[in-house]
Amino acid sequence: MNLALRDVRHNLGRFLLTCLGLSLLLGVVLSMIGIYRGLVDEALTLARAPGADLWVVESGTRGPFAESSRIPGDERDSVARLAGVAEAGSLTFQSVETAHRGRTLRLYVVGHELNRPGAPARIVAGRPITRAHYEMVADRRSGLDLGERLRLGRNDFTVVGLTDGLVASGGDPVVFLTLADSQRLQFDLDPPAARRERARGSGPAGTDIVNAVVARVLPGVPVQEVADTAARWKHLSALTQGQQEALLLQSVVEKARRQIGLFTTILLAVSAVVIALILYTLTMDKVKEIATLKLIGAPDRTIVGLIVHQALAMGVIGWSVGTVLILLVKDHFPRRVVLTPEDALMLGAAVLIICVAASGLGVRLALKVDPATALGG
Amino acid sequence: MPVPSDAHPLVELRGVAKTYGRGEVAVHALKATDLRVYPGEVVGLLGPSGSGKTTLLNLVGCIVEPTEGSLSLDGQTVYDGGWRCADLRRLRLEKIGFIFQFHNLLPFLTAGENVAVVLDLAGYSGAAARDRARDLLDYLEVGHRFGTLPSRLSGGEAQRVAIARALANRPRIILADEPTAALDSQRAGIVLDLLRKVAVEQQAAILVVSHDEKIFDRFDRRIVLRDGRVVEYDEPAHGPAEA
Repeated sequence: MNLALRDVRHNLGRFLLTCLGLSLLLGVVLSMIGIYRGLVDEALTLARAPGADLWVVESGTRGPFAESSRIPGDERDSVARLAGVAEAGSLTFQSVETAHRGRTLRLYVVGHELNRPGAPARIVAGRPITRAHYEMVADRRSGLDLGERLRLGRNDFTVVGLTDGLVASGGDPVVFLTLADSQRLQFDLDPPAARRERARGSGPAGTDIVNAVVARVLPGVPVQEVADTAARWKHLSALTQGQQEALLLQSVVEKARRQIGLFTTILLAVSAVVIALILYTLTMDKVKEIATLKLIGAPDRTIVGLIVHQALAMGVIGWSVGTVLILLVKDHFPRRVVLTPEDALMLGAAVLIICVAASGLGVRLALKVDPATALGG
Repeated sequence: MPVPSDAHPLVELRGVAKTYGRGEVAVHALKATDLRVYPGEVVGLLGPSGSGKTTLLNLVGCIVEPTEGSLSLDGQTVYDGGWRCADLRRLRLEKIGFIFQFHNLLPFLTAGENVAVVLDLAGYSGAAARDRARDLLDYLEVGHRFGTLPSRLSGGEAQRVAIARALANRPRIILADEPTAALDSQRAGIVLDLLRKVAVEQQAAILVVSHDEKIFDRFDRRIVLRDGRVVEYDEPAHGPAEA
């Protein structure tokens, strides 16, 4: 006879309310883990989008994501000529803010060369950019629709294609322009400012500046060797794709990871305290029943089972409901929430351990109950 | 009811005493006490509050350890300068049934489950425990309340279910702590009649703690305690030996 189950049945309302509270708490824990995974995923998505093996950036920098990097656009040709390089493409990155449907829209603009590495790998609707100017591919998160026109700088761009899930590490949706358009967006001055510059006698500044050159190497060629060759040029640095990703995680995501990790730990600790208090209170309410059980001959394992089974049931229900709850609402979060089965199962295991540990207080109290308590008034 | 002259006591205390604390703060809850209760007897343990009745019940129930003396239950020496039984809860489960002042039914179990739980602890299968619980509740005329929670039972019904629970494992010794205190005189009489019936039919020794004067004359024997000492002890009426 499972006494814990029958006790739960008797106090079903209170038990379910407790489980609901716990599930909300565990849902928050899971969403924090999901937000962290989302941060990593978003940061890496942009770095992985060009499908590059090698990133060539300004010497002495760790660009283009962790630090700013500016190199002349014609370096692409130098990189493309390196032994072992199959193809290379220049890229620019910049954040812009514009008005869209009466609201401010922040975008992360990636400028790339047509038919070279750097274009979005997967278009989910529409087509890639085919014209040299005034076309853009936007991520769905931007809220832009196919055929929609958007003003960036001094020009209007037409959305010809859509991507899905491409955002910058700051959460801004990514849009792709041609390299020339993005350079003009970055360097072209407004006519009054340009007239003033001319009046001052300044010649037109060079605008063929890019933030990085990405390259794909031929099959079988060690990427690190090509990177070492590129790095011998004093004005350039080179990073492999793996180094770029590691750098991103260390510099861009690391603090967020620690912050979220600490917050998650605190939430788990709070969950443990809440479970312990609930179980202690439930045990306090049953002191006379426990004394009676001891008096009629129930062994300690029956008494411990009464408490631990309830703790485990609470943990399993709280975890299950919390997981379902987050799965239902995760797409409504402003930032991406990535829930992996491994994280959910790890949390489940942690919750079970916490439940067993948290029931210790209740178990200790129950084992100390004197059976004589059952006698007398 | 006369006890056969060759009967062996089911409960036997020889010089059992209990002292709480030491030195100047020591409380002598029960002074050296001899006591025998035989099969088929319903013995009343009477006395004012603080006289040592509950302490005596706790000692017989192996809930507290005597300070001195020896205790035998159903012919087995349980205490003699130290516990002689490794698993006192198992001993209670197998040999002793408890009836409480306020029935102490587990509120989250139905009447039937409250009886069956003892059998479950003793290792009965679920179906066998349920059948025995139903038989006992029928025997005590509350079989129709088998699936009812204690909160929906009347005081008398709850006490009958508690008696059924005490009898579930066919114990030879039944200890009752003020079993009629929460009942009116009519229901108290019914409970005492039930205990007598159980004592006779199951040849159990029943020790009832009470200070309920209206049931004093319904015991086979009375043992009166005052200040931790037996001040009145009715000897059992011995009859002829059993064939």
